[in-house]
Amino acid sequence: MMHHLIVLPILLPLLSGLAMLVKRDSILLPRRAIALTSTAALLVISAALVIQSDSGEITYYALGDWQPPFGIVLVLDRLSALMVCLTAFLALGSVAYACAGDDRKGSNFHGLFQLQLMGINGAFLTGDIFNLFVFFEVLLIASYSLLMHGGGKDRTQAGFHYVALNLAGSAMFLIALGVLYGTTGTLNMADMSQKVAALDPDQLGLIKAGAFLLLVVFGLKAAILPLYFWLPRAYSSAPAPVAALFAIMTKVGIYAILRVYTLIFGGGAGELANFVQPWLWWFALATLALGGLGVLSARDLRNQVAYLILISVGTLLVGVSMNREAPLAALLYYMIHTTLVSGGLFLLADAIGEQRGKAGARIVPGRGVTQPALLGLFYFVGAVTVIGLPPLSGAIGKALLLNAALPSEQPWLWSLLLLSSLAGLVAMARSGSTVFWKAGRGDSDGPRLKPAMLAGLLLLIGASPALSILAAPITRFTDASATQLLDHDAYAEAILSRNVAGGDS
Amino acid sequence: MEALYATVTGFLAASGLYLALRGRTFPVVVGLTLLSYAVNLFLFSTGGLTTNGAAVIRDGVNDYADPLPQALVLTAIVIGFAMTAFSVILAMRVRGDQGSDQVNDQRGEEPKEEKS
Repeated sequence: MMHHLIVLPILLPLLSGLAMLVKRDSILLPRRAIALTSTAALLVISAALVIQSDSGEITYYALGDWQPPFGIVLVLDRLSALMVCLTAFLALGSVAYACAGDDRKGSNFHGLFQLQLMGINGAFLTGDIFNLFVFFEVLLIASYSLLMHGGGKDRTQAGFHYVALNLAGSAMFLIALGVLYGTTGTLNMADMSQKVAALDPDQLGLIKAGAFLLLVVFGLKAAILPLYFWLPRAYSSAPAPVAALFAIMTKVGIYAILRVYTLIFGGGAGELANFVQPWLWWFALATLALGGLGVLSARDLRNQVAYLILISVGTLLVGVSMNREAPLAALLYYMIHTTLVSGGLFLLADAIGEQRGKAGARIVPGRGVTQPALLGLFYFVGAVTVIGLPPLSGAIGKALLLNAALPSEQPWLWSLLLLSSLAGLVAMARSGSTVFWKAGRGDSDGPRLKPAMLAGLLLLIGASPALSILAAPITRFTDASATQLLDHDAYAEAILSRNVAGGDS
Repeated sequence: MEALYATVTGFLAASGLYLALRGRTFPVVVGLTLLSYAVNLFLFSTGGLTTNGAAVIRDGVNDYADPLPQALVLTAIVIGFAMTAFSVILAMRVRGDQGSDQVNDQRGEEPKEEKS
């Protein structure tokens, strides 16, 4: 039974998503119950997967019992277990928040949400690069509908841009896959890493083009500098619980970059070893700088959080491009922190906007919020941690990353990371004082925080103090994940050698 | 055959890209569709072009076509159809919501900018 656990994070959301298609106009209560139970069960399963992966063994699940490299495999290592667990935690917070009434604004919110979870989990678990494309499409098509949940002019237009860009991205993904398949003759990532190392020198140029094309696609998902323009608009027009879940979508892109360029084009790839990382370094730094400027220019709380996500994408990619154990471990810790906190901030911006009436989430003096103490406290905690002030988790993540830089990298990384944090500090302080202090009296009969909204906020923003208290065990796990990630030979061996246990389904 | 195939694929991709960069929703949708046709043709050719190759193993046959690209293309076609249908509906919705089929219609945004 235990080895079937790997496939459950895909099957469970699929089944509950399907169950909610049965009666689409039925009353909300059972749907909410299914959504909450399924997401909570997902969290339990993913925690079990994290514990299972912590033994250090890489296990795989051969779908239909077709053995790799021919069949499609799902692979569980520390990194994928961590990502699935992170997704489940974030999803629980957003589903809880959505149960306060956002799910009522359109049809079948919870069903689409579960299908999106299925796509995200699949993308994290798969060990086959074409299957990665399929799961990307699953999560994208669910996100298209979720983005436009509730309708409205702003959403349809932002949605059209998002859909058109991602369709073009999918076309490029397929071209890149075609090139990689044409040159290596395989789609299994572990097998491909072996084939790339032994490639005919004539084909190096071709496969390099394919690899760069793949980087463009993942960069579009992750929102690296020249490809980020869709993000602020799409994220700030999406409904709050959806925007919170979207906080993990950029991380899907970063995960894919991390996986493909450490495994297939990593240290063992012969002439192609680590050829992307120097490029990534400059693009990541530019993203970081631009994110800082964007945060300062934002005129709406949700827009501001979208630019904060851009800063975090830059920070994470800098870690990826350094490609050593210490920065990778640091970035994994930072990834947990930033995903949960920026998700929480999207929820908070929505809660603030709802209580301010006409002023909404725009950063202008206006009516005060109904519960200034409670929301102000959440805002304070969220701002402190997302900027990276001690003692909360943002500071730990950034300090780990700054500490991991080599002397040659320090001038660029330290100055840009610290400057963008400063920009975040100025922007968050300004918008906080405008929203909470330059405000008139709140309407005491106005809408108050519902228990479900409070639960979502507590779960996501409250994760930050918990992350700093539990920093020791978490960094132990991320250190081990980084070591495992860089050991591409062990990964290939675990998948491709036939006598490894745990492969049978 | 290879040269002709490559030219046709390239031409389709170029036309698709040109249309996808236009300013109205309908050409964008048609452009993306053409692009996906080009991608399907390209994927189909990744296993090498063969004529009369058998896809399933049989006795006495030495000339095989690579069956995997065919499976990949089938997946890509199905996904492409779904996405095209969705983007057509979305384009109609954009037209209905905004009263124009411009991809980047600024009219709706201006009043909002002044207020903030």
